[in-house]
Amino acid sequence: MTTPSPEAPNNVWSRKGVAALLCCALFALVPAAAEAKIIHREKSLYSTILVDERGSLICLQFSVRRDQRNQSCLDRNDPKRMVFPYAHMMMLSLLFDPEPRHILVVGLGGGTLPTALHQLYPTASVDVVEIDPAVKTVAETYFGFTESERLQVILKDARVFTKRAVGAETRYDLIMLDAFNGDYIPEHLMTREYLEETRQLLTPGGVLAANTFAISRLYDHESTTYQAVFGSFYNIRSQVSANRIIIAVNGELPDVATRAGAASMLAGRLTPYGVRISDYLPAFTTKPDWDTTARVLTDQYAPANLLGSQ
Amino acid sequence: MPAIIYVLAFTGGFVIMSLELLGGRVLAPYFGSSIYVWGSIITVFMLSLALGYLFGGRLSLHRPSLTRFGLIFAVAAVLLYPLVYMAEPLMVWIFERVEDPRYGSLLAAGFLFILPTVIMGMISPYSVRLLVASTHESGQVAGRLYFVSTMGSALGTLATSFYFVLWFEMNTILTLLAGALLLMAGIAFAAGRLQDVP
Repeated sequence: MTTPSPEAPNNVWSRKGVAALLCCALFALVPAAAEAKIIHREKSLYSTILVDERGSLICLQFSVRRDQRNQSCLDRNDPKRMVFPYAHMMMLSLLFDPEPRHILVVGLGGGTLPTALHQLYPTASVDVVEIDPAVKTVAETYFGFTESERLQVILKDARVFTKRAVGAETRYDLIMLDAFNGDYIPEHLMTREYLEETRQLLTPGGVLAANTFAISRLYDHESTTYQAVFGSFYNIRSQVSANRIIIAVNGELPDVATRAGAASMLAGRLTPYGVRISDYLPAFTTKPDWDTTARVLTDQYAPANLLGSQ
Repeated sequence: MPAIIYVLAFTGGFVIMSLELLGGRVLAPYFGSSIYVWGSIITVFMLSLALGYLFGGRLSLHRPSLTRFGLIFAVAAVLLYPLVYMAEPLMVWIFERVEDPRYGSLLAAGFLFILPTVIMGMISPYSVRLLVASTHESGQVAGRLYFVSTMGSALGTLATSFYFVLWFEMNTILTLLAGALLLMAGIAFAAGRLQDVP
């Protein structure tokens, strides 16, 4: 596993942004050093679910490997704070639609993103698709996740849900893809056809945010696949974790510079979550830093796991 | 001559498991990759093979020959190849009619894989019939044959999951599998003809 080169030409980070991320990284590291105690371990149908406690942090992992990149943490002293930069970066998608009415989140995890969206937009509907019933139980038991009339979890394979929703002409203003949490990548959720179906679920101008990989050959293939479906998109890479966030729009991609109004409107509302939009704005780029000749992933050609290990 | 039969049995084992692995990929876009999708596929393959064993044994009672053995491969190839064109429309059809992905995937796996797999299931018992010359050695021959065809299955599983899916599109692999079956049919026909020449 390699982390992206810090010299990558388009990773334009303000000094402030780097400082902020380093601070987050330290924040995440310090409690980790302070004795993590496993409070729940479960082999579910789909993964190994691990919940541990590090000081005030309760964290969810989908792997027994301790170097897992994607996880979800709850700070009991500050339950709203989003502990990981990737969650902050996902919230940046709100810049392109600051008032979504219908929201879809694929992948529940600890419920961080759907809960925050539900709190921010109490009158909007938030649908969450999660394949693993055990994850829902863990989110409810350890992470304070609760469903409500406008925040509901649908226990289904996301591909099946998406196909049915396209048929039923369901539409969302904002879709967040956060389904890649464990060692195993659901390959049928990383193909051109799946993204085309997801795009069909978006209203005109609707926004897609995807938490994906910044490591291995998969980075190139995934990038060309998103490009094939959405054309130009914003690519935001994290310097402290192996994540990158893709933000794409169903329609013309607006220049992030024109979103100053939305940014100032959101800034205050996102502060309780620890999201500082201005820190991330310099990282928005549409310039490809991947091999643009990499083969597009399709239902016919979907070796995401093999590419992810190379 | 026995060597040819072992080669054919090996290839049969290879194709069966390669196809079973691809089955998961074929169904995933419509029915997901949940455990019950694999359950459907494995159920269908086991049932089909079970029937194939029965029919293959039955067929071996009447004038067993390499030519007829080759015919099994040819028919399997002809039934396997249409998956390239039929899988998509068939799954759309089932998806629109069956809401529950458990039964949807079971039905789809059934329609797509029963026919070629039943035919491929006939290979093993038919091979035993062609190889066994005396009851005394029949156990040893059957053991050796299962060894060879199961090694084929192991290699088919490995090659498909480690390499083929990385190199080729799924339809290309299906075409190659059908091609391999046809090639085996050709070899059996040729060997059968040679055998007939005194």
